[in-house]
Amino acid sequence: MWNRENLEAQWAGWTERAERVMSVVRPYRHRIALFLAVVGPGLIVSNVDNDAGGIYTYAQAGAKYGNTVLWSLIPMTIALYVSLEMCSRMGAVTGKGLSDLIREEFGFRVTFFLMAAILVVNLGNVMAEFTGVFWASETFGVSRFISVPLAGLLVWAIVVAGTAKWVERIFLSICVVYLSYVVSAFFAKPEWLIALLHLLPPQLMHYIPTVRPFVQVPPFSAGYAIILAGLVGTTIAPWQHFYLQAAVVEKRVGPRQYPATRNDVLVGSISCMIIVFFIIVCTSSTLFVNGIHDIDNAGTAALALKPLAGKWASALFAIGLLNASLFAASILPLSTSYVICEALGFESGIDNKFSEAKIFYGLYTALIAMGVIFVLFLGRFANTILLWSQVLNGFLLPVVMIFVLILVNRRDLMGEQTNPKGFNWVAWISTVAMIVLTLMVAYSSIRELMSHPVS
Amino acid sequence: MLYATELMGAKTYDVQGNYVGKIREFFIEPADQSNRIAHYLLSRGSFQPLVARHDQVAAVAPGNVRLNVNERSLEPYEPNEAWLAVQKDLLDQQIIDTSGRKVVRVNDVDLAEQRTNGSIELRVTQVDVGLPGAVRRLFQGIAPQKFIRKVQGQFPPRSIRWEFVNLVESDPLRRVKLRITHEKLEDLHPADLADIVEDLSAAERQGIIASLDEETAAEVLAELDARLTSQIVEKLDPEKAADILEEMAPDAAADLLADLPKETSEELLEEMPGHEAAEVRELLEFDPSTAGGMMNSEFVFVGEGSSREEVLKWMREQDLNLDQLDTVVLLDRAAQFSGTVPVARLLLAHPEQTLADLKIEPLLSLPPDASEKEVFEIFDKYNLRMLTIVDEDKRPVGAITVDDVVSRLLK
Repeated sequence: MWNRENLEAQWAGWTERAERVMSVVRPYRHRIALFLAVVGPGLIVSNVDNDAGGIYTYAQAGAKYGNTVLWSLIPMTIALYVSLEMCSRMGAVTGKGLSDLIREEFGFRVTFFLMAAILVVNLGNVMAEFTGVFWASETFGVSRFISVPLAGLLVWAIVVAGTAKWVERIFLSICVVYLSYVVSAFFAKPEWLIALLHLLPPQLMHYIPTVRPFVQVPPFSAGYAIILAGLVGTTIAPWQHFYLQAAVVEKRVGPRQYPATRNDVLVGSISCMIIVFFIIVCTSSTLFVNGIHDIDNAGTAALALKPLAGKWASALFAIGLLNASLFAASILPLSTSYVICEALGFESGIDNKFSEAKIFYGLYTALIAMGVIFVLFLGRFANTILLWSQVLNGFLLPVVMIFVLILVNRRDLMGEQTNPKGFNWVAWISTVAMIVLTLMVAYSSIRELMSHPVS
Repeated sequence: MLYATELMGAKTYDVQGNYVGKIREFFIEPADQSNRIAHYLLSRGSFQPLVARHDQVAAVAPGNVRLNVNERSLEPYEPNEAWLAVQKDLLDQQIIDTSGRKVVRVNDVDLAEQRTNGSIELRVTQVDVGLPGAVRRLFQGIAPQKFIRKVQGQFPPRSIRWEFVNLVESDPLRRVKLRITHEKLEDLHPADLADIVEDLSAAERQGIIASLDEETAAEVLAELDARLTSQIVEKLDPEKAADILEEMAPDAAADLLADLPKETSEELLEEMPGHEAAEVRELLEFDPSTAGGMMNSEFVFVGEGSSREEVLKWMREQDLNLDQLDTVVLLDRAAQFSGTVPVARLLLAHPEQTLADLKIEPLLSLPPDASEKEVFEIFDKYNLRMLTIVDEDKRPVGAITVDDVVSRLLK
């Protein structure tokens, strides 16, 4: 039976079947490729947002105040979208990065101080990312003296080897790990309707008699305000605006391609917030309900994944944390040095040789090296730095927003594409709200730092 | 040597020693002299700003300027589009360095004093794009002069001579008024120019392409990536765009038009001369991923019976596109495709040899609906530099050259 002809006939049958399978798969492959090509800066920029500091803050918010923080997500989504959309629009219309525009319209000195502030703030963020690596590796019992320098080298090499684009996509795919929060939230069997109800402002829902018994009104306290500000601070960061606008310019998005980019930004903002929603619901229905109101280490945060992963919860959490930290750490230092060099007129970009763009590579290397060194030798100040980096982010954000708002409303730059009136209102209101929240946080964190001097 | 930053804000006194105001701006009048500071803007609080002409200035030093006339002979300031403002139009803006072939940002402007009868003229010698200029910009007005000079000395200077500076202005009217031409850019290699153009913003890009001659513009567009090219062409004046398309190889023009919205490409095709438009239209019919979509309808074909000498003589008389002239296509008596002769073979052949003797074996061609992949494979297998595309009647309709294949493979 197994003669030669038979084999050949079989083989032919196989190839035919394989062909048929391929003809079905091919269109999908094409579609996936198309999707990856469209995975634009908007999606990346909002997903990098869910970094170490972000996850920490969301989990903290859920554990501490349960469902009562959920109402802030919708206004935050709007604020995130509005602020990012303005930058992407400016990029598409003017074809210039945010830092270039600031330099051209506000002069060297203003730009210099703004860049100095961005450097300091982003250095804080980079430190926070490496702290995330440190916490994640601790869960696996790996010494930070191995994991953190390794992570630093990896991130540095990724960019210098010029493979950043690919790696971005890999990280973006590992972001699927965040979905474990979604699944875990389902396993924890929270009261979905009640959680969804809290997406509307509970302060108002409270007055509707039929839903009243289900609504928890948030406490009016300093601690609650800090958590709110923390949420805003980790979700809307100054560096995102620079990164997004530069990416839009680099992708040669023009007015005709702009609608696609706007959708990308919209999808990015919403998807980021959906993840945040599930993280909060998940932590709220696992930790808050069980009376665990304070997350002091990665172990406690991982408890939220227990309903899904059981004893593997902490491993799953650590993988997510590691990915988030590495993702952000590979994007932040690069975008920081790029923005600064562009604004101040130094050669920048990874297509330059080291000798051609010394300052660019120097800055990039220094940011990573300082992040690594900080975690290695001053790891015990990690919480202080996390706190401060968020406070500084919060301080810088309104400043950047004001620059953005002035520029985007300039008719000589934007032509017909200046902000519509309603848009301006939303943008200014969110800016003012951010300023108020920032001042509250600054006040309380400075008080906290004063009252608990770091030993 | 003086720097514009150091002089900005200098207190100015008239011939009697009366305070007139502070210097707020320098203007160059390119229509008159390309590098002379022609006017100084002086302002004092809420008074109407005044303008001092170059021949009214007696002495210039950092922080202190003297005029040789009375305050009353100065004219009130009227904005003038034909004046190039050093602070507004130059400082912090991007310019093209034509000697270094790149786009740079101006930190400061260096000025030289020139004594003419009774007055001092300032001439722009170079623009500072390095750290010393940055240091001056940062500390001017908040640190003592000596300190600034000392700190800036620590850094290596990086400047561009004024004659190599090409300004970038996106407003076409202003460009004319400021006498900005891009003649110097036309001397650059199209690939370098394309790199420069890529570094600029959309409006500036538009301005540069619009002001280049059609031939250079076509060469630059061919070097840019497809998305940029279609954005630029879409916004060009249709007549100019059609002129540029005419200069491009028909396949490149067809690729470009395929990326444009239907109405725009139709409009451009109508602007183009009938013969060339027809060629491009034909190419547009083909699916871009087939041999027909890759081919170029411009190729050289001769009868296979003609001698080498006849062919060369004929070719000299034609206005042939040298980029495409790598291989000659042969036709037999029935006007069907009968082979190809690389120009290198033609070069070495005897004058009286017929082309039929010179043609290369085997006889290769593909139909227009052959897939991209088939094209790649045949190029790879036979190490081709050019492949003839024939229709059902074996008549050559186009040719694919190796550069078409390379650019397709890189996509």
